[in-house]
Amino acid sequence: MMGLDLTVIWAGIIAFAVAAYVVMDGFDLGIGILFPGFKVGSERDMAMNSIAPVWDGNETWLVLGGGGLLAAFPLAYAIILPALYAPLIAMLLGLVFRGVAFEFRWRDPAHRGFWDAAFCAGSLIATFAQGVTLGALLQGITVVGRAYAGGWWDWLTPFSLLTGISLVIGYALLGASWLIWKTNGPVQGDAHRFARPLLIALLIAIAAVSAYTPFLEGKYYQRWLSYPGVMAAAQMPILVAIVGYLLWRSIGGRRDGLPFMLTLMLFGLSMMGLAISIWPDVIPGRVTIWAAAAPVRSQIFMLVGAGVMVPIILAYTAWAYWVFRGKVDESGYH
Amino acid sequence: MWDALDPVILARAQFAFTISFHFIFPSFSIGLASYLMVLEGLWLKTGNGIYANLYRYWLKIFAITFAMGVVSGIVMSYQFGTNWSVFSDRAGPVIGPLMAYEVLTAFFLEAGFLGVMLFGINKVGKALHFAATCAVAAGTFISAFWILSVNSWMQTPVGYEIGANGQFLPGPSWAVIIFNPSFPYRLVHTVIAAYLTTAMVVGAVGAWHLLKDRANPGARRMFSMAMWMAALVAPVQIFAGDLHGINTLEHQPAKVMAMEGHFDSHPTGAPLILFGIPNSQEKRVDYAVEIPKLSSLILKHDLNAPLAGLDTIAQNEQPPVGIVFWSFRIMVAIGLAMLSLGLLSLVARARGKLYDWPLLHRLAVVLGPSGFVAVIAGWVTTEVGRQPYTIYGLLRTSDSVSPLAAPAVGVSLLAFVIVYFSVFAAGGWYILKLMAKPPQPHESAEPVEHGPIRSAGITPAPAIEGGRS
Ligand code: HDD
Ligand code: HEM
Ligand code: HEM
Repeated sequence: MMGLDLTVIWAGIIAFAVAAYVVMDGFDLGIGILFPGFKVGSERDMAMNSIAPVWDGNETWLVLGGGGLLAAFPLAYAIILPALYAPLIAMLLGLVFRGVAFEFRWRDPAHRGFWDAAFCAGSLIATFAQGVTLGALLQGITVVGRAYAGGWWDWLTPFSLLTGISLVIGYALLGASWLIWKTNGPVQGDAHRFARPLLIALLIAIAAVSAYTPFLEGKYYQRWLSYPGVMAAAQMPILVAIVGYLLWRSIGGRRDGLPFMLTLMLFGLSMMGLAISIWPDVIPGRVTIWAAAAPVRSQIFMLVGAGVMVPIILAYTAWAYWVFRGKVDESGYH
Repeated sequence: MWDALDPVILARAQFAFTISFHFIFPSFSIGLASYLMVLEGLWLKTGNGIYANLYRYWLKIFAITFAMGVVSGIVMSYQFGTNWSVFSDRAGPVIGPLMAYEVLTAFFLEAGFLGVMLFGINKVGKALHFAATCAVAAGTFISAFWILSVNSWMQTPVGYEIGANGQFLPGPSWAVIIFNPSFPYRLVHTVIAAYLTTAMVVGAVGAWHLLKDRANPGARRMFSMAMWMAALVAPVQIFAGDLHGINTLEHQPAKVMAMEGHFDSHPTGAPLILFGIPNSQEKRVDYAVEIPKLSSLILKHDLNAPLAGLDTIAQNEQPPVGIVFWSFRIMVAIGLAMLSLGLLSLVARARGKLYDWPLLHRLAVVLGPSGFVAVIAGWVTTEVGRQPYTIYGLLRTSDSVSPLAAPAVGVSLLAFVIVYFSVFAAGGWYILKLMAKPPQPHESAEPVEHGPIRSAGITPAPAIEGGRS
């Protein structure tokens, strides 16, 4: 093994892709979840237009997460996907509905209400399924040899339902704070009204998931509630509380971009918490990243590609966001 | 009720269904992206507003096609794991990196620049907008490159080692894996197929409007462009297909035997069976209409060359003959029909009747959807012809499947069928509605009053109407 372990680097890259996905597609899924809350007509058009140029790029991080997992940790991909068969298929079907709604609702004014509903339901299902997936992974899946060995309902537990609902709340808050940033007028007003209750709900959800997690697995318990983990564990709630407080104050404040940034920080903290629980496993409690890793030749070949391409991708993604900077109005970016 | 069903069959049906649907969209959008690039390039070069109009006309259709391609594609990247987990575990170290490259070099490029292409001209100016169109077109091609490399490696696996845990591991050279023996043929043949598919659609739309109004300048221009494509590229496609078949004969002889319907070996020159009904039970082709020795001529370039038949292949190594035999004939027949259309258009041009020969226009309308049929038929030939293997000669399909219960696969298959048919039928309908309108001299980017954010038009109209259209 080299000084810097390639497997660790790859775990970092996959984690980065997943995190990028969660924050980027998170806000546009969140807008889908909040969609019925906006008035039919110009308000909905504006909410939709604020994400139309970027949603496809955002969703591509999901493909990188999935494709990257297959490439870098094939064994994990081969075990996780059958284990989470039902929620993943539900997520994919949800994404189908919401993805086409971006185009279809403009093409067919007579059925715009239907495609708006599809946009909302698709976003909601996809988000809930992603949350369930996370919960099911955390609570552990049955592995025998190199394969999943559980049943096809194993993922369904109170805990996975809790993580599903939590993610719906979290994405909705991301969506609301994005709209505070990117819109004016009645849409922004609605977003302001949604944001505070969502924030409270999210803090409760974070607390509930955090309190539940240590009791799922002996390992989590040890990591969080015995020395030295408890030191980190003690910081987390304080940090979350501080960010939550700042976020509460920033909603309705003068700086429209601030709530979104603070919501991102809240997500960042939650993901750090997850990383502390899971590390160094790729399937928590069952398979470590080293056991699932692809051979060195595959890792090096892909690292060259990722090393060159990821900075370029980030650069032109940033450029695309820059092109569509500023507030969106009813008829779009002008 | 599902328990009577075999999960392997269900998983195969699900994969075949989702991939066939997915491929319909790329086979159009690969060609259409390039066509849009040409249109915008011509507009920038000549300043002729007709090209800008056509660009905006087809951009609306492209946006819908692309959205459907994306959502059905995301499904594909998870199908490998949900349905073929053993295959994913075993082959992941080899094919995974190629698919990761596809995401990094193609999908992000398409998705990143699509927003600018659809919504951005007023923000970035003409040159950068053209660059965005080129980036999207390049992305579609790069995507085809990588995924076809993956597929070709599964057909003709080389450059691998087998690990202690049974995994396929990459050998010392990635170039050997990427440029595996069937890849160049498959890439050329498939990309040309996408161009032809697009040419047929564009030609049909042009012809449809010419039948109603011979003077419509947009319809004339697109019809002419499409017919050049058909005349020039259809022969190349047939030639490429022939080479592809010869290559397949070398690496997957059983597939070619099934395509040809050769149950028996022919030591002194094999006949070409034009039509017939393969009878796998009796191992013969009923009612065969055949031309003696032609098959040997095509495949071996020698009338009397011996050709082995399926009688030389063990029963459990044979692909199903009927499907392969028929899907191959459908593809070839359509290829010949496209060639005929291209030749007829040349005749029409020579006689100065390209825009007023209703018979030609009707033929073009009929052939409008033929590219999609040919593409699916071609892939069915390829994929069913490599059965019973997923990795040819090495990993059987029945050993690749996920440890799933039949009800899980069955229910999800049903859900896919319902959702795909309803959602993609709606999308197809919207595309047809757009196509039913003739291209206008002041083509807007948006047919409805409250458009999405490109409602201001791709370019401010006065700026582009300079040239006569
Ligand atoms: C517009 C579409 C189109 C047209 C007109 C043709 N093909 Fe094709 N063909 C395809 C689109 C296609 C395809 C969908 O792109 C395939 C599937 C896999 C591949 O590599 O290309 C294919 C596969 C394919 C294969 C299978 C190779 C293998 O599986 O190893 C052969 C032998 C041919 N073609 C030969 C021909 C011939 C002789 C044609 C003309 C008469 C022809 N094709 C017309
Ligand atoms: C280029 C990327 C592709 C890859 C990597 C790929 C891979 C696979 C895999 C893993 C299977 C399942 C195993 C099997 O049954 O052999 C399969 C089957 C199949 N694929 Fe593809 N495929 C690709 C493209 C396509 C396309 C574009 C079509 C379009 C029609 C297609 C049609 C089919 C069909 C019909 C089957 C079922 C064959 C059977 O089970 O008898 N494939 N393919
Ligand atoms: C099993 C095989 C396949 C997988 C896993 C797959 C995966 C995907 C994914 C994830 C996307 C969405 C990309 C985005 O987010 O922008 C996509 C779109 C696309 N795919 Fe596939 N794909 C497969 C087969 C094929 C084949 C056989 C081709 C062409 C030869 C192809 C060409 C494209 C293109 C050009 C797009 C861009 C969207 C569009 O043009 O409609 N794919 N694919």
